[in-house]
Amino acid sequence: MQPDGAFFRRESARLLAALTRIFGVKRSTLAEDVVQETLTAAFEAWRWAGIPEHYSALLMTAAKNRVLDVFRRERTVRKFAPEVSRLIEEEWTMEPSVEELFLPEALRDDELRMMFSCCQPRLKKDAQVALILKNLCGLSVEEIAGAFLDSPAAVEKRLTRAKKALAGSRRLFELTAADFAARLATVHQALYLLFNEGYHSAGADATVRIDMCREALRLVRLLVGHATAATSTTKALAALICLTAARLPGRVDEGGNLRAILQQDRSRWDRSLISEGLELLAESASGVELTAYHVEAAIAGLHASAESADKTSWGEIVSLYDALLTLRPSPVVALNRAIAVAHHKGPARGMDAIRAIRGAGRLSAYPFYPAALGELELRLGRAAAAAGHFEAALRLARNESERRFLRERVTACQAAP
Amino acid sequence: MSEFVFLYRNPPASSLSPQQMQDRMQRWNAWFDDLKRRGALTDRGLPLQHDGGGVVRDKAGTVSDGPFAETKDIVIGFSVVRAERFEGAVALASTCPIYDQDGFIEVRLIARL
Repeated sequence: MQPDGAFFRRESARLLAALTRIFGVKRSTLAEDVVQETLTAAFEAWRWAGIPEHYSALLMTAAKNRVLDVFRRERTVRKFAPEVSRLIEEEWTMEPSVEELFLPEALRDDELRMMFSCCQPRLKKDAQVALILKNLCGLSVEEIAGAFLDSPAAVEKRLTRAKKALAGSRRLFELTAADFAARLATVHQALYLLFNEGYHSAGADATVRIDMCREALRLVRLLVGHATAATSTTKALAALICLTAARLPGRVDEGGNLRAILQQDRSRWDRSLISEGLELLAESASGVELTAYHVEAAIAGLHASAESADKTSWGEIVSLYDALLTLRPSPVVALNRAIAVAHHKGPARGMDAIRAIRGAGRLSAYPFYPAALGELELRLGRAAAAAGHFEAALRLARNESERRFLRERVTACQAAP
Repeated sequence: MSEFVFLYRNPPASSLSPQQMQDRMQRWNAWFDDLKRRGALTDRGLPLQHDGGGVVRDKAGTVSDGPFAETKDIVIGFSVVRAERFEGAVALASTCPIYDQDGFIEVRLIARL
C-alpha cells in the first residue's frame, strides 16, 4: 500500500476504534493514550527509517502489544467489557484473543460501530460531526476548529461534553441490529453534513475542507460495503457524495478562482467518481424509499452526465427541484430551482421564480441570492441593475474566493454593452 | 573530506496530531534522501526515544534526565555526515526540518589521527 497524504490520520482512527472497542467507551481516554503512544513511537522511528511498506500491519502489531501490556498490568484491578474480560482471563488465551480483535473484519466493524456511536441521537448535530472528525478521521481539536471556523476551546468543550454523554450510555459499542437500523438515519445526516461542511463552508482552510469531503466519501463507502447498512438511502447518499465530489477538481481553476458549475472545465471532473456515483444512483432506485438524498443525487447525476452546460436537461432538473421542495422545503432549494427555471425557460421566467420564493427573507445574508439576480439581469441586458446586485452580493461575501468571484462579475457587467 | 556527527535535540512530539506527525515524518525522510543524493550521508544513524533513557552521573548510578536543565535538549537521534569543513557541515545541518520543530543540531567533528 502506498502511503498517501493522510494515512497517519486514518490509521489513528482505525486504531482508536479498535482500542475503544477493547477497553470500553468508559475508558476512551486510555484508548486515546495508547493510540497516541503507538503513533509517536512510529513517528520517532520512521522519521529515520522511512515509512515501511506494511505500515498498517506494523502499527496494528505495535498497538496489539501495548494492549497486551495494559491487560497484564491491569487485569486484576480493572474491569473490561464482559466479552473482553472473558477472553483475557487466562494468560495462554490472551494473545490469540487479542489477535482476533485485530482481524481486518473486526477492525472494519469497529469503525462502523464507532460511526454509529458518534451519531448518538441525543447529541447535537455539530457535536456528532465533531466526534466523527475526531474519532473517525483522526483530526486534532485545532484542525476541527479550523474546519468549523471555531475556537479550539469551543471545539474542545463540545467534544468533552459529547464524550461524557457517550460514556454515560451503557451499550454504545454493543449496538443491536434494531439500534443499527434506527440510528442509520442519524449517521446519514451526519455524513451529509460532514460532506457539505467540507464542500461549502466558507473561509476554512482548503486542504482541511477537501479532506472532510474525502472522509465523508470513505465513510459512506464503508456503509455501502456493509450488508445491513447498505440500504437504498445509503446508496443514494453515497451517489450524491460521489457525484458532487467528482466536481471538486473543477470548482477552482488554475488561478485559484472559484468557478460556478456552468463555467467549470468539465474535463477536470473525476470520471471514475462519476461512474461510481451513477452506478450507486441506479442501485438506489431499487427500494421504495424516496428521500431528499435520492433527489439531490439525481440532480447531481444530470449535471455530471451533461456534456456541457448547454446540454444539461434543465427541464428534468426543474422537476427534481420541485420534488426536493416538497421533501425538504428551503429558500436555498427554491433559489436553485429558480436558477434552473431560468436556464430552461429563460431569464424572465427565472426572475419570476425568484420573486415567488417563500421565506426569501432568510436569504438576506446569502451572497448567492443577489448574485443570482445579477446573473439574470445581465442576461436580460440590464447591465447597470446587474452590477448593483453583484455589488450587494460582494458586501455579503464570506471569504476571499467569493469576493474575487463576485468582483469579476461586477467587472463583467461594466464590460457589457 | 571530514566526517561529522549530527546530534539532534528536540522536544517530545507527544502533543502532535497524527497529521502533523505524518507531515514532519515525511519532511525528515525527504531531508535524509536529499543528503544521500548529495553524497553527504555516511550513515543515517539511529533515532532515539525520548523516554526510557537518562544520564548516569556518577559511580553510584545517579541518573538525571539530560545533560542540560531542560528536557527538550534530549538527543533524539544521530547521523554521520561528510563535509569539506565545519562550515560545510553547518550548511548541511541548517537545511534540516528540525528548526521548524523547536529543535537544534549539535555538530561535532569525528576525531581522527
